Amino acid sequence: MSAEPWREVGLTASEYARLLELLGRDPTSLELGMFGLMWSEHCSYKTSRLHLKQLPTSGPRVLQGPGENAGIVDIGDGQAIAFKIESHNHPSAIEPYQGAATGVGGILRDIFTMGARPIAILDSLRFGDPSEPRVRHLFDGVVSGIAGYGNCVGVPTVGGEVVFDRCYQGNPLVNVMCVGLITGGRVVRGLAAGPGNPVLLVGARTGRDGIHGASLLASQELDASAQERRPAVQVGDPFLEKLLLEACLELAGSDEVVGIQDLGAAGLTSAAAEAASRAGTGVELDVALVPRREGGMVPYEVMLSESQERMLVVAKAGSEDKVKAVFRRWGLDATVIGRVTGDGRFKVRDGEELVADIPVEALTQRAPAYDRPRRRPERAAAVDPLLLPEPANYAAAFLRVVGSPNCGTREWVYRQYDHMVQTNTVALPGGDAAVLRLKGTAKAIALSTDGNGRYCYLDPRRGAALAVAEAARNVSCVGAEPIAVTNCLNFGNPEKPEIMWQFTEAVSGMAEACTALGTPVTGGNVSFYNDTEGRSIYPTPVVGMLGLLTDVNRICGTGFRRTGDCLFLLGETRAELGGGEYLHVVHGLVAGDPPDLDLAREAALQAAVREAIAQGLLASAHDLSDGGLAVALAESCLAAAGGARGARVDLGTGLRPDWALFSESATRVLVSAGPAEARTLTALLQARGVPCTALGAVGDGSLTVAAGSRLLFSLPISEVEAAWKGASPCMFL
Amino acid sequence: MRFGVVVFPGSNCDTDCYHALRGLGYPVEYVWHEAASLPEVDCVVLPGGFSYGDYLRAGAIARFARIMPAVAAHAEAGGAVIGICNGFQILLEAGLLPGAMRRNASLQFRCHDVHVRVEAGGMFTSLAGRGRVLRLPIAHAEGNYYCGAEVLTELEANGQIAFRYCDADGKISAAANPNGAVGNIAGITNRRGNVLGLMPHPERCCDPVLGNTDGRLIFASIAASRGGLCHVG
Repeated sequence: MSAEPWREVGLTASEYARLLELLGRDPTSLELGMFGLMWSEHCSYKTSRLHLKQLPTSGPRVLQGPGENAGIVDIGDGQAIAFKIESHNHPSAIEPYQGAATGVGGILRDIFTMGARPIAILDSLRFGDPSEPRVRHLFDGVVSGIAGYGNCVGVPTVGGEVVFDRCYQGNPLVNVMCVGLITGGRVVRGLAAGPGNPVLLVGARTGRDGIHGASLLASQELDASAQERRPAVQVGDPFLEKLLLEACLELAGSDEVVGIQDLGAAGLTSAAAEAASRAGTGVELDVALVPRREGGMVPYEVMLSESQERMLVVAKAGSEDKVKAVFRRWGLDATVIGRVTGDGRFKVRDGEELVADIPVEALTQRAPAYDRPRRRPERAAAVDPLLLPEPANYAAAFLRVVGSPNCGTREWVYRQYDHMVQTNTVALPGGDAAVLRLKGTAKAIALSTDGNGRYCYLDPRRGAALAVAEAARNVSCVGAEPIAVTNCLNFGNPEKPEIMWQFTEAVSGMAEACTALGTPVTGGNVSFYNDTEGRSIYPTPVVGMLGLLTDVNRICGTGFRRTGDCLFLLGETRAELGGGEYLHVVHGLVAGDPPDLDLAREAALQAAVREAIAQGLLASAHDLSDGGLAVALAESCLAAAGGARGARVDLGTGLRPDWALFSESATRVLVSAGPAEARTLTALLQARGVPCTALGAVGDGSLTVAAGSRLLFSLPISEVEAAWKGASPCMFL
Repeated sequence: MRFGVVVFPGSNCDTDCYHALRGLGYPVEYVWHEAASLPEVDCVVLPGGFSYGDYLRAGAIARFARIMPAVAAHAEAGGAVIGICNGFQILLEAGLLPGAMRRNASLQFRCHDVHVRVEAGGMFTSLAGRGRVLRLPIAHAEGNYYCGAEVLTELEANGQIAFRYCDADGKISAAANPNGAVGNIAGITNRRGNVLGLMPHPERCCDPVLGNTDGRLIFASIAASRGGLCHVG
């Protein structure tokens, strides 16, 4: 063993001292490797654990909060939803297709391991400047990888986001959310309970791939040597995953199973340790029994392999053959590789030889935890966005924002995803939130992912709260009640005090918003070390929101429906350009403060929108976010039923027109309503104290925007459409 | 009218077909790929998905599944067979339909609604009628149908071209062709007219909550051809 053995496995000298204390002796090389993985940032959450306690995690619907493979919420009628979001950033930076594909595979397993059938995937993606060839390679590879895996497994990819910003140039973000439905059956947990029960390894054979892959790759910065780590990226097999999915769900309904745990980062080591830790038991495995892809693998490789599409199943003693028969029917290997013990130790044998013997708790609950130093970053005095001049040509500024990489159509992306398989997708991609009906009931769920790195860079606390508010607003705009959150917290190197400050601020902001909006966080993922060559990404907390609809026939879309319908802007518009898309696209600036957020007003606005939809008062509803009213108007025109429609809009004279048009003030929704419903609608909003401004009416062929008597622009809707759609062909094809 | 939906490892539209047919009121059951014979069914459905992962050519392994000789015998005896998407690919590989499938001209998976024009009468389209334009979803990476000039002439002469991609008004154009298929072909039948393969997914548009029920016409036509009750409202 070398003089500083901890270095090879990514630990520090003080962590090694802790290891020695917990173990009471020098570790074997396998034991050291196991500690290295389990105490990595990725597996142990050693930097974030302390701070995540701020998040609200309980509520009347929460059946399973953080700590399991996925969170679970009750949606009534004996049904529950399991959902979670996870990052696969570094593998995707190195090998975009397989990195993204195995990201999908990993999160799918987290869901079906709990006995839930995966019914939807969403992807929250961030890339650098799309005009750079390397970025296009990453973008194309990630989208193809998601499509290649999700389409084959037969789970629809129904939504998500794609955002471009230079800060993600070398370090794209690939956050994948999966949602599963538990019907009638019981919830299966990742428990190695009941000493004497057999532990089976099922699915793929174990190879040498991905050793130190997800776990260590995700626990350090990306540097010049990162490309050399390509062999550490796993390769996915979606067909095998599909078989594993069907077999596990078949098994979940039976009484033979005690627990199922998927093998993800840190492979067999983590799966067995976690399952034993949750059950308060021990586990004894024999690596000689593990089916392998190749000969000559040593115990270290078997225990640390991150080969994909594998599951650990803890069965009731005596039911091994029944369990094996289920897997055999699906053409899968299932092999007993050990058993649950009562001594709280993780023992690994290689045949007769004992090669590791560690207290389970030492690997899991007694992993180090840090309260790392934090410091507010200093930034040069920024430009005041309100001192910038008015655009000389409003039509040109409008078209530039609408056709920008961040606001243009995402059709190029989502048409590569099968978003309809399983025949539940009621609201297709492109709207505020995806809507999935739940067969056999009148209910539906709504899903959205949101996050704004620029806002969080300027003010992480408010930016994170704004992400929660927007995700909830998106879900409310289709008529669903936001009920729970999963989060993916993407940050730079937390050993830098400025990054740590961003992290704790963001978590606080998220906690405040989730508490105020009544949406507990049921799980998620932290991704640190998103740095390339010393430069960190913007802090990018991503929120995955789950909403519930009681009547699938009472949903609302973003597109206008009828010429002559009245247009209203709900909420209050202030001169808030800070961190906005207009500032970024037209002035090349990331400056100012993100929009203000009053959570009580946000909750009231969302409740009013839901009520209006439930009463059938709205023809359309669209959340205002990036690009403000300008982009919302364009999108509602272009998503109109039966083809694009125009509108006539008067912004009034209260604010300078560019502020009114491009402000990203939070807590706003653009709605249209028939003249007959308009009066009832305004009365409802007034009664609830929600500001409502009449903007104009839905028109036919052109979009005309004025400020009082001053005409700002009038554009044929075909020209708006060309700009909006133009974003993709010229960029990506 | 009884339907049997074959389940291959990797099928993923099997449950969608089952659900759509049940929703229309037809008796339907799953048929496991390892079965040696078919149960008593009138129409066999080969559903969409990625049978055996489709790591080779799509459908190239499924054609060797244990159930396939029984499917061929069912077709030979005049029974109805409908292959949707991956099912169409399997029918081509099995030689139950002529031609072959190539990767989409775009080289990308494509998922969106398309319009198809009904080109031929017969048991799969009798209720729709020739010339009718249907809106159906597609979701495939290998839907670029190919056959040589001779076979194409034959297909046309025999009225074997069931559907062609078209625009919303029924005009056949290159712009309306989502994958580069020869002659804008979206679906063909065998010469006898009892085996249909098509790339679009009729099972995805049978339920009003999904905003489109054009797919019902195809399943209802099959049922009507057997004198079965038409359950379509």
